[in-house]
Amino acid sequence: MILLIVIALLVVLVVIAIGIYNSLVVRRNRVQNGWHQIDVQLKRRIDLIPNLVETVKGYAAHEKEIFERIAEARSLAINAKGPAQAAAANNQLTDTLKTLFAVVENYPNLKANENFLKLQEELSGTENKIAFARQFYNDVVMDYNNATQMFPSNVFAGMFNFKAAEFYTAPETEREAPKVKF
Amino acid sequence: MAGRTNLYGLISGNKWKTAVFIVGFSLLLGLVGYALGWYFRWGTGMYALFGLFIVAYNLILYYNSDKLALAVNGAHAAEPAEYRQLHNVVEEVAIAAGIPKPAVYVIDADAPNAFATGRNPQHASVAVTRGLLEIMNREELQGVIAHEMSHIRNYDILVMTIVAIIGGLLVLFRDIFLRWGLFWGGGRRRRTSSSGGGQLGLILVVVGIALAILSPILVALIRAAVSRQREYLADASGALIVRNPYGLSSALRKLGSYEGKLPTASSATAHMFIANPFGKDRRGRMDLFASHPPLEDRIARLEGLTLPEPDEKG
Repeated sequence: MILLIVIALLVVLVVIAIGIYNSLVVRRNRVQNGWHQIDVQLKRRIDLIPNLVETVKGYAAHEKEIFERIAEARSLAINAKGPAQAAAANNQLTDTLKTLFAVVENYPNLKANENFLKLQEELSGTENKIAFARQFYNDVVMDYNNATQMFPSNVFAGMFNFKAAEFYTAPETEREAPKVKF
Repeated sequence: MAGRTNLYGLISGNKWKTAVFIVGFSLLLGLVGYALGWYFRWGTGMYALFGLFIVAYNLILYYNSDKLALAVNGAHAAEPAEYRQLHNVVEEVAIAAGIPKPAVYVIDADAPNAFATGRNPQHASVAVTRGLLEIMNREELQGVIAHEMSHIRNYDILVMTIVAIIGGLLVLFRDIFLRWGLFWGGGRRRRTSSSGGGQLGLILVVVGIALAILSPILVALIRAAVSRQREYLADASGALIVRNPYGLSSALRKLGSYEGKLPTASSATAHMFIANPFGKDRRGRMDLFASHPPLEDRIARLEGLTLPEPDEKG
């Protein structure tokens, strides 16, 4: 009789242990998935840019400096090697896009252009998606890190080498409002 | 209580309240079932049959909830080319919420409103009226969509189905008791001597009978209360998803100033909409049978939120 109880208890413990281990796996995979989601949105933004540039050039062809800067930032982003370079390149791209939209403010015809408005919506939508993807990534990192630190899953985390993940942090440097030169 | 003024505190508070309601509801059901079982000495077979019917009926509704809700409200699929901004907003909120993008529908009505339906995040749909698209700006639309996505993510359709099942069973018991019990009379006397429980059993029966008679009112009250809690929860969750309560609170303000009602509104689907589809609340104060809390309350809660400090406990 006692043997049965002990066996039942062991079975329950094993089931719980499996559950904890699997939940750690699921959470870690969510973190990795979340990270790649960010890449998907960043790539989407890179793809939208040529169209945007062409539309703006149609009205403001002489604003050569900004187009050059965009082309440069875009190519840096495409050719970046490693996460640090990619992050820096994408931040630079964000800045140049902000400047572009500041420039566009001076061309009311362009601002009313339907094509441009659609592109603007796409770009601003993509910026939102990038931000939300980063936010979601941080959410799942928090969830995963909680699991690696809280008892009893921390025991399993230690045993099976589940390390805490790093949060996405925005760059430290302050950004000034983009200056537009004429 | 500091814990309740930040988004996480609001969300956990709402989940608790819903659980309390459902547990209370189930206890109510158990009590009435006990009373009836004692009174009629029917075999469990009879109850099981009726009960199964109610459960099956509600499950079928639940599984097809999206198709039904969309058909009843005359929703048609929103073409991505025509409703680009709407699709973008739904996509970005889905990313933030961590759920697959739901199907997007538009309803041809002037009254601004929106609803979400579907049995789980993998089979979900979101619908907005033309009227809503016309009066909301992008930030407000995002807030509304975030509220709707929260309903999906929080499995609110499932919650309301459970409540409906329990409610249906409760009303069933009451019907059985009133109609057949009063008609047949002394189902109880034959077995008085052999039934155990004595005094306690008698008290429970009396209470159970009283509840059985009042149950339609209780069911309506509890169903409405759960619906309101889930609305508050969806508000708080939605604000958390997009990290911004002001889009939704501004949208609610605009909804509050609209005078009309949705033509396809019905009490069965009312709880799914973001605002009461029957138009402005008849009374300014909290109406206990209302499926939605008063708009002023919802706005106040959203705008009264404080952001959690890094080291805040609770």
